[in-house]
Amino acid sequence: MTDTVTRNDELIDGIYREGAPITDTKAPGGDIADKWTTRKFEAALVNPANRRKLSVIIVGTGLAGASAGATLGEAGYKVKSFCYQDSPRRAHSIAAQGGINAAKNYKGDGDSVHRLFYDTVKGGDYRSRETNVYRLAEVSADIIDQCVAQGVPFAREYGGLLDNRSFGGVQVSRTFYARGQTGQQLLIGAYQALERQIAAGTVEMFARHEMLELVVVDGKARGIIARDMVTGEVETHLADAVVLASGGYGNVFFLSTNAMGCNVTASWRAHRKGAYFGNPCYTQIHPTCIPQTGEHQSKLTLMSESLRNDGRIWVPKNAEDCDKDPREIGEDDRDYYLERIYPGFGNLVPRDIASRQAKNMCDEGRGVGPAVDGVRRGVYLDFADAIERLGEDAVRSKYGNLFDMYQQITGENPYQVPMRIYPAVHYTMGGLWVDYDLQSSIPGLFVTGEANFSDHGANRLGASALMQGLADGYFVLPNTIRDYLAKGPFTKITEDDPAVAEAVQGVQDRIEKFLSIDGTRSVDSYHKALGKIMWEKCGMERTEEGLREAIEEIRALRTDFWSNVRVLGSAEGLNQSLEKAGRVADFLELGELMCIDALHRNESCGGHFRAESQTEDGEALRHDDEYAYVAAWEWGGDDEAPVLHKEDLVYDFIELKQRSYK
Amino acid sequence: MRISLKIWRQDGPADDGRMVDYRLEEVSEDSSFLEMLDLLNEQLIDKGEEPVAFDSDCREGICGMCGVVINGEAHGPERTTTCQLHMRSFDDGDEIIIEPWRADPFPVIKDLCVDRSSFDRIIQSGGFISANTGSAPDAHATPVPKEDADRAFMAAECIGCGACVAACPNASAMLFMGSKVTHLGELPQGQPEREARVLQMTAQHDLEGFGGCTNLGECSRACPKGIPLNVISQLNADYRRAGYGGRD
Amino acid sequence: MATSTAPAPAARKGPPTILLKTVVAVTGVFFVLFVLVHMYGNLQILIGTEAFDEYAHHLRTFGEPMLPEKSFLWVARILLLVSVVAHVWASMSLWRRAGQARRTRYAGKKKVSYGRFYAKAMRWGGLALLAFVVFHILHFTTQTITVDGAYPSPAERVISSFEVWWAVLLYTVAMVFLGMHLLHGIWGAAMTVGLNTSLKRAEQIRFVSIALSTIIVVGFLIPPFAIFFGFIE
Repeated sequence: MTDTVTRNDELIDGIYREGAPITDTKAPGGDIADKWTTRKFEAALVNPANRRKLSVIIVGTGLAGASAGATLGEAGYKVKSFCYQDSPRRAHSIAAQGGINAAKNYKGDGDSVHRLFYDTVKGGDYRSRETNVYRLAEVSADIIDQCVAQGVPFAREYGGLLDNRSFGGVQVSRTFYARGQTGQQLLIGAYQALERQIAAGTVEMFARHEMLELVVVDGKARGIIARDMVTGEVETHLADAVVLASGGYGNVFFLSTNAMGCNVTASWRAHRKGAYFGNPCYTQIHPTCIPQTGEHQSKLTLMSESLRNDGRIWVPKNAEDCDKDPREIGEDDRDYYLERIYPGFGNLVPRDIASRQAKNMCDEGRGVGPAVDGVRRGVYLDFADAIERLGEDAVRSKYGNLFDMYQQITGENPYQVPMRIYPAVHYTMGGLWVDYDLQSSIPGLFVTGEANFSDHGANRLGASALMQGLADGYFVLPNTIRDYLAKGPFTKITEDDPAVAEAVQGVQDRIEKFLSIDGTRSVDSYHKALGKIMWEKCGMERTEEGLREAIEEIRALRTDFWSNVRVLGSAEGLNQSLEKAGRVADFLELGELMCIDALHRNESCGGHFRAESQTEDGEALRHDDEYAYVAAWEWGGDDEAPVLHKEDLVYDFIELKQRSYK
Repeated sequence: MRISLKIWRQDGPADDGRMVDYRLEEVSEDSSFLEMLDLLNEQLIDKGEEPVAFDSDCREGICGMCGVVINGEAHGPERTTTCQLHMRSFDDGDEIIIEPWRADPFPVIKDLCVDRSSFDRIIQSGGFISANTGSAPDAHATPVPKEDADRAFMAAECIGCGACVAACPNASAMLFMGSKVTHLGELPQGQPEREARVLQMTAQHDLEGFGGCTNLGECSRACPKGIPLNVISQLNADYRRAGYGGRD
Repeated sequence: MATSTAPAPAARKGPPTILLKTVVAVTGVFFVLFVLVHMYGNLQILIGTEAFDEYAHHLRTFGEPMLPEKSFLWVARILLLVSVVAHVWASMSLWRRAGQARRTRYAGKKKVSYGRFYAKAMRWGGLALLAFVVFHILHFTTQTITVDGAYPSPAERVISSFEVWWAVLLYTVAMVFLGMHLLHGIWGAAMTVGLNTSLKRAEQIRFVSIALSTIIVVGFLIPPFAIFFGFIE
């Protein structure tokens, strides 16, 4: 699939070229309900005695990586697992609050695999692949069984059975949760399973290691080059297959709810080596985050969406009131804009709409809270009505931990003063393109979890990220990767192989380059500058003009970075500036591709709102006739235009509908 | 606000460290403690000095990666993680002493970064339930009384940051270990390996060179998740039930 | 594996930490029972000097004629001695382990620290108590040390001693140390044998440790003060 014989050499819009269309060749035919069973049967098996001769590298130890590492280790493969944190338990899956969906139908409220499948495709605004999503829904129930067996302490009812809640506006209760720390509990479960395999000797763990290059030999992914972040040593690790479970790239916006270390480097290095990047512009922006307080801000913190169930969102009607104490602004001077514009759904409109309207209010000059760069970016989320209606104790028992977190961060008491919220980048639906087997366009390179593009289309439903990470790692990848590994062990390669030597040299050159530029600006200052461009022009609302400007600005910033960045210290030993420099350099390339993708997709869908494509009353307008495809981008080369490969999305089992919340 | 800082600087694991004085002007009260250190680092880079190395990742109090001792207190004066501590907890003109976790099983890597892989090895020794993927019965096959599930959850909230060790006068890791033993021991799924788990984990704990608990409670007071001291007593009770390791 | 910069830990020699803690706890419980009995005996002096002497004599003849004279006393003495040795040895082992677990100390100090105070109070205070016990034995048992002359009757020895101000002061200070040691020790023993398994249990154990230590300190201090202020002659 890597050959692009029919590449159209003409530049389209001056920014990209178009290559041959691609398709997923792995999903078998037949009814959608039988496909996964068929695939599991058809995928070749590996004799247990041969498994320890087959090695797999897994980059990342979040839900998708740790679960895959544990499962492949249990099966008997030789696994090497990598994470940049000091322990696999720290991966950012840990921060997920809400819950995990599963089509268990424990509540008997009409849930089923088909309904979860349908909701996920619809929630993704019909931009995901039917076969993958159906399989996700199908294995969801197994995840809960597995996690309970591992000792994940899900919330229970007094009868001792598992509790469920409805989440993110769906009408069935299918979300399993462990208070507001579901991600933590699931990750600890996967982490413990992984540690068990480390003790058993099937998994070798490399913490504080960062993958800096993919090794491709004879067209197959055969290993990675990683830097030991403690000693500074550049190490070569070779294997029969490589799995990237390295998470999303929301940190391209600098400010996001991602962890400080989340980065695109593993995916981006693979992309540069030939892996297609699917739908990079699909970004999820979460409406209920704590607003930025100033230039010092390093990250944003999300508060559960459930707050919108009882809180009312408003801004002052008049811009002059914006610096007043909100309690002194009369009812008549408040604009409950979501209730006004969307009387049917009110404050419970989907994430993208709530986010975009908040931005609109602030752009109109009616935002509240401290001004950053001269604009107040915040809207009120007011619980005064809820406290009056339910009593403070009831509100406390429902949202107490969230209120405490808000108070800890802002120093304000939300029981007395309305909370201030603002949208923040939260999740990236885009990622490396994979087929039904989760294999990328490079044979032997598999991509799982948030790092791939596959299951959420243009928008992800609440409580589905955890589901996908664990589905991929526990149940999907271990069954599909064996079909590839059964062809191995592949030709033995050594560190002297020219492809390996070249990869090592490339990594070392880059490190030396960073340390030798000796310019005047810190890495963070570039990252912040990039983040501002992305947020303003490739954020909640995108316009052709803005995106074209952004592309130019990013290119200029990238040029400046490579001539003026200042990275102090040495390559030996721990050097956090050096680590950041590598990540930001890759973000500077990814940012451009995201803008190109956003520019070429002249429609509004899910998390991608193009101002040029809206209905008369300002709602997102999708163009299924033109854009019902996955945009899989091939790296065109340094300073070359990327190449677009379209994978048409075929809906055999679900009918496409335009969504409406009015 | 203006603050003066005394920060532990150490070039590498084998080097000697020293306290170095810094001054910072115009620190926002709304910035977090780590954002204050970010600001210091930006200024150091401007001056051509190497920035202070410190660990942090999620910066929302859940990953457990951050953690320094601030004026003698693990994670500082509030009961939270270092990343969730804000500068409004300090006064204008304060002097702040910042040191890494101090425990021999947590050797310093650089400046304020320590190596906590001993915690991972304690988990490896038995902090899990052996349940291979795909072998699980239906999740509803074994009901769990709500009180047990709640206690298991309370103990499972541990984020593995190491503040308990840092705060303990004996550098003991028994709150960390007790929380895992309690989490898994409260659940029916955790029963088959309950005795082996506590014996293996405590043996590893001793092997790593952590001290012994003297029931002072500093760990629990420093724990950002407020894990109660009774998990250590649970650990002791389970250890007793396992025959003090004397049984074959 | 390259996951750690730490050298592989040398195998820990000696008994498991929790076993050492248990030795401290169990011997500690034995001491608590002992001091309660001791206190009961001391309080006999409130009834009268005869009662006190009678009690002291009974300790020697306990079990007669089945057992030879003083045999019960010696069994108790040996048990106590073994316990003291075990208690001190296990505590010192733990102390040494704690020292090895943190060889670099903090430069910053927490302002108020229950832990720092009690860590010192138990260890140095414990050693002070040990020194006091030695003095106490030399004073009342072997009578090597005399405060205010030698007397054949135990009651007279007690009364004559506590008419001297510095003896009262010395014993009072010792009892304050004992109280502190018991306050944390009873709590710690309950923790170590695994009794504290809920927040409610913790409260109960706190209550018991405060009540017992208060009763013991007050109970021991009543006779010396009663003597010093002339209520007993």
